[in-house]
Amino acid sequence: MTTAQAASAATGAPGGGRWYRRFTPAERVLHVLLMLTFVGCALSGLPLIFANRPWAVVLAHLLGGFQSAGAMHRVCAAVMIGVFLIHILLVAARALVTQNLLGVVWGPDSLVPQWQDAKDICNHFKWFIGLGPRPQFDRWTYWEKFDYWAVFWGMAIIGGSGLLLWFPFFFGKLLPGWVFNIAGLVHGEEALLAVGFIFTVHFFNGHLRPGKFPMDTVVFTGRISEHEMKSERAVEYDRLAAGRALAAKEAAPPTTASRLFGWVVGGAALALGIVVILLIVYSVLF
Amino acid sequence: MSADSGRKGGHREAVRRAALAAAFTISGLLLGAGSQGDALAKDSPCLACHSVADAKSASGKSIAVDGAAFDKSVHGGLGLDCTACHSDVSPDKIPHAEKLKPVDCSTCHAEQVKQYAQTVHGLARKGGNTVAATCTDCHGKHDILRAADPASRTNHANLEKTCAGCHGNEQLVRQANLPGGNIASHFHDSIHAKILAGGPRAADAPTCTNCHGTHNIRDITDSASRVNRTHIPETCGGCHQAIYARFSKGQHGKLRNEGNPAAPVCSDCHTAHDIKRHDLPAFQTAVIEQCGNCHAERLSTYRDTFHGQVTKLGYVQVATCASCHSAHDMLPASNPASTISPENRINTCRKCHADMPANFASFNPHPDRHDKANDPLYWYAAKFMDWLLIGVFAFFGVHTVFWLARLWIDKFRPARNNPGSKP
Repeated sequence: MTTAQAASAATGAPGGGRWYRRFTPAERVLHVLLMLTFVGCALSGLPLIFANRPWAVVLAHLLGGFQSAGAMHRVCAAVMIGVFLIHILLVAARALVTQNLLGVVWGPDSLVPQWQDAKDICNHFKWFIGLGPRPQFDRWTYWEKFDYWAVFWGMAIIGGSGLLLWFPFFFGKLLPGWVFNIAGLVHGEEALLAVGFIFTVHFFNGHLRPGKFPMDTVVFTGRISEHEMKSERAVEYDRLAAGRALAAKEAAPPTTASRLFGWVVGGAALALGIVVILLIVYSVLF
Repeated sequence: MSADSGRKGGHREAVRRAALAAAFTISGLLLGAGSQGDALAKDSPCLACHSVADAKSASGKSIAVDGAAFDKSVHGGLGLDCTACHSDVSPDKIPHAEKLKPVDCSTCHAEQVKQYAQTVHGLARKGGNTVAATCTDCHGKHDILRAADPASRTNHANLEKTCAGCHGNEQLVRQANLPGGNIASHFHDSIHAKILAGGPRAADAPTCTNCHGTHNIRDITDSASRVNRTHIPETCGGCHQAIYARFSKGQHGKLRNEGNPAAPVCSDCHTAHDIKRHDLPAFQTAVIEQCGNCHAERLSTYRDTFHGQVTKLGYVQVATCASCHSAHDMLPASNPASTISPENRINTCRKCHADMPANFASFNPHPDRHDKANDPLYWYAAKFMDWLLIGVFAFFGVHTVFWLARLWIDKFRPARNNPGSKP
């Protein structure tokens, strides 16, 4: 695959070529909810971390004060935990229904890191510094797997500490007071990590990098074009094509409604995230 | 003024006043009660010239005197002649000299003038300052009224305006470099001034002189000043007696009574003139910073907690310093009577967090992420999070920058990876 082809794939006209299903409708809905609640938690929580900055004071007031910001934070958090639990249930259900637990935890359709991911990282870096060709990926790249597992890690750390802080009377009966100090600390630090990561690295990898810029609507439409699949996920494409599974994955082109939704809602989240990250970077540096 | 002179006035002064009062009363009776007020000024030969409203001296200065106002004044009421003050004028030699001696109030008010000489105003005058307030700036000239008279410049209700004549006059403030700048504007928004402005408690509210004194207004650096640091708790305590008693029992009051010059006094937390109601969010959030002026490390660790973050945003529904430490009688945790002693701490938490389990007392409202010795678990948690963030951002930072660089290089040098073209 040449870069010229990759570049044309990036600008690729959605009109031509075949389309394949990448995300199920449930996955698309869950991602939208995750995205909205993540932005909601970020906006309502960050004023605390940057309380000494004028923009944080303005933001807290815009949200109706710290108490309504706190309510918004809890509502978003509860929905986000719900999204996470539903996802776990769906994965478990898929393993049960398909009678293919192994396929969930191993192989090209699994999000579990595998030896190939380590090789992909090396090859990707080699390409970065001009020591090799641009590597091709299977269904899930290593950075997508990192994003995926980061949610599990974040759920444990932020979700766990957040619940502790939300229900101190209940947890206070079970745990000593100093645990709440640590919960407060890691909640804020992990939040900075999550916000900082999603609004920079995830945005760059998924949307802002040349070839995707300004955004990739695949997670909203659920459809990936044949062109893009061949140019970036040729391993998956070839694998599916060889096993005749490709035809089963073929889908109608993304609907205008789903594309529009992606551009408006996804774009708004993208724009908000960039504003937030600029404020954070400014606040951390100056 | 009257209260002041009553307290401080010498015996001779009192005798003189009594004699004067008796003399004037008798003369008043002789002239006929009721006609006393309009008897003198009108008949004064001085007013032949000085009653003309636009009368001017050779130098162009107005020499007009409002005879009616003088008659209403305390001096007019006592039946004093013009020459009682303008002693170098003789009614026999008119017109008098162009330049007269300054009026010497000490002829009658010796004690007040003696006190004044030691005040910040008197000393400034002595030092050559020509705008520092002298007797007439506060009392007026021919229209001086008793302080008890509601129309008097020195009446309790009017003093704020009288002092503001200079201390609220921007031009004068700059010209004379008055301490604190436009102090009147600060005082005007204070809780004291708001109560003073009207309502049933107006007469009880302090105006400038209640703290600074009247004829004994001294510089704050003067150890005899009522507003010198060493005297401020007593000055405020004159009204706020219950708070004064609590302050004296607390650590701040104890340190002060031991002579520790760093011990805070009322004005360090409440300010001197802007004094706000203690239940206003603006005051409660501001006073936190005041605590931090001395307790910098405590403030910094407080700011790392939810309490400190919310108050920094301007909301005071969470704990401020005073919520746990109390406002005036704070004591160190080592004192069993302290609100933060190990015995009392959980009850202090429960003031807001009712029914909080006893376990919770080990929560540290001032966690220090740099203090490994006292809080190792917190320190390790902080270190772990630090390195997690550094690690993730370092790896993906490099990853992103390199990736972006490669994509741009390939975009602008498309021939590079094309086998068909020359390297």
